[in-house]
Amino acid sequence: MERQTNRLETELCGIRLDNPVIPASGTFGFGYEFAELYDINILGSISLKGTTAEPRFGNPTPRIAETPAGMLNSVGLQNPGIDRVITEELPKLRAVFSKPVMANVSGFSVEEYKSVCARLEGLPGIGWIEVNVSCPNVHGGGMAFGTTPEGAASVAAAVKEVTSLPVIMKLSPNVTDIVSVARACEDAGADGISLINTLLGMRIDLKTRRPVLANVFGGLSGPAVLPVALRMVWQVSHAVKIPVVGMGGISSPEDVIEMMLAGASAVEVGAANLTDPFACKKIIEGLPAVMDRYGIKTLSELKK
Amino acid sequence: MKDSEFRVISTEKLTPTVYRTVFSGDTSEIKAPGQFVNVRLDGFFLRRPISVCDIEKDRLTLVYRAVGKGTGLLSRSGPGDRFDILTGLGNGYSLSVAGDRPMLIGGGAGVPPLFFAAKKLREKGVPVTAVLGFSDAAEVFMAEEFRALGCEVRITTVDGSAGVRGFVTDALPEGYTYFYACGPLPMLKAVFRATATDGEFSLEERMGCGFGACMGCSIMTASGPKRICRDGPVFKKSELLWDRE
Repeated sequence: MERQTNRLETELCGIRLDNPVIPASGTFGFGYEFAELYDINILGSISLKGTTAEPRFGNPTPRIAETPAGMLNSVGLQNPGIDRVITEELPKLRAVFSKPVMANVSGFSVEEYKSVCARLEGLPGIGWIEVNVSCPNVHGGGMAFGTTPEGAASVAAAVKEVTSLPVIMKLSPNVTDIVSVARACEDAGADGISLINTLLGMRIDLKTRRPVLANVFGGLSGPAVLPVALRMVWQVSHAVKIPVVGMGGISSPEDVIEMMLAGASAVEVGAANLTDPFACKKIIEGLPAVMDRYGIKTLSELKK
Repeated sequence: MKDSEFRVISTEKLTPTVYRTVFSGDTSEIKAPGQFVNVRLDGFFLRRPISVCDIEKDRLTLVYRAVGKGTGLLSRSGPGDRFDILTGLGNGYSLSVAGDRPMLIGGGAGVPPLFFAAKKLREKGVPVTAVLGFSDAAEVFMAEEFRALGCEVRITTVDGSAGVRGFVTDALPEGYTYFYACGPLPMLKAVFRATATDGEFSLEERMGCGFGACMGCSIMTASGPKRICRDGPVFKKSELLWDRE
């Protein structure tokens, strides 16, 4: 498709995207395994598996539970650590994906966030850093930073000191006032906001009378959370000047357009990847027909 | 891995809790016994991972325990019903290392994938002993099918109402060269302790995706964290850390 006629084109922090669809962190690994299924270069970008300074096994199993129109997970940031991400995972991805990717960084201290972000500086093919201050499945880190404006701002300011890449703060919906957290990140120098991470929830097995998840609580995702995500993206995008990446329950082209109408510059698709490995491909390929149906010439015209 | 539509040919009840559904569809991605498929069910967000019991050209046979609402829905399926199924998931058993006297050890809902393994081994003319454990006589299934393949079949039941009273570990044969096991975790750990040779275990866990994307079904092994759905579900005995528990 000619660039001038690319109706799906959008932009995120000064970087052009062929389309706004980005597989969400934790639902697409480091991307290269999906290249066995289809040419992943059709994607707008990829948000990589959340990475910490040291390797992490994550939480005990069961880590997954079904819910009405969604699922709970309590994976707990399983990842091989930044060293192996740089030496093993990123080269495998670069071999099959040619566009800028979104590194996703998590930590248990401000220093850890800083050190991981610093390691990403100068690596080829990293377009953005998405800073996860919203993981509900680890103690003493992750979401602890994202539940107060001060905590989120402290991480945003710290990582901005060590990176020249655009910093997108990934926020938790498990807060009283999402707008104050987003504004604090913007004031601390963040270049973008992504939301929502998962909603804290649980299920209990009637047979065993025990929580289904070994970690008791987990994060809810899937179509069930879409209305919550739309509401929060709407609130945040009306309150900050930096771009917003919308996510939460997106599973169709219609959902993408709805999220962009709420104010998102780009979207991430999460749980849908887990029930259909071709979900992102189908959404991208389905967008033009849905745009035609609603008289949308280009996705960029949806921006407020 | 392939995502395609399958049509039900028949569904029958084998025991009070176990059902057999035979589908027609594209089975080309199913390469080895021990692999599984992931079945989408209307009204349920997550797919249901079920091990392959048999394939014959375009016929896919699944034998499964109806444990919840999802598998319950599948158990009420009838001819012509259509299901979206991901096929070709997981690694499968390595049958080339079986030696000349392998044994299969199955417990309850873990028996079906071993039927596929038995069929492949018998096609190569390898003598097979199948030790199949169940809770009681009413729950015994597929024993005749294993015998029809020419396997020596040893049945155990917890209450002694059929075969040997006790567990599969009470009926293991002498002189086997290798083993393939599938069943509930306590049974697998007992087999781990009771066997003298190398062998392979098929594990199960609650899965998110079934193809390695979500890290929902991880297990720590001798060579680091592995995904049961993608790096497994079959693991060599030497990979498992159960002797350290």
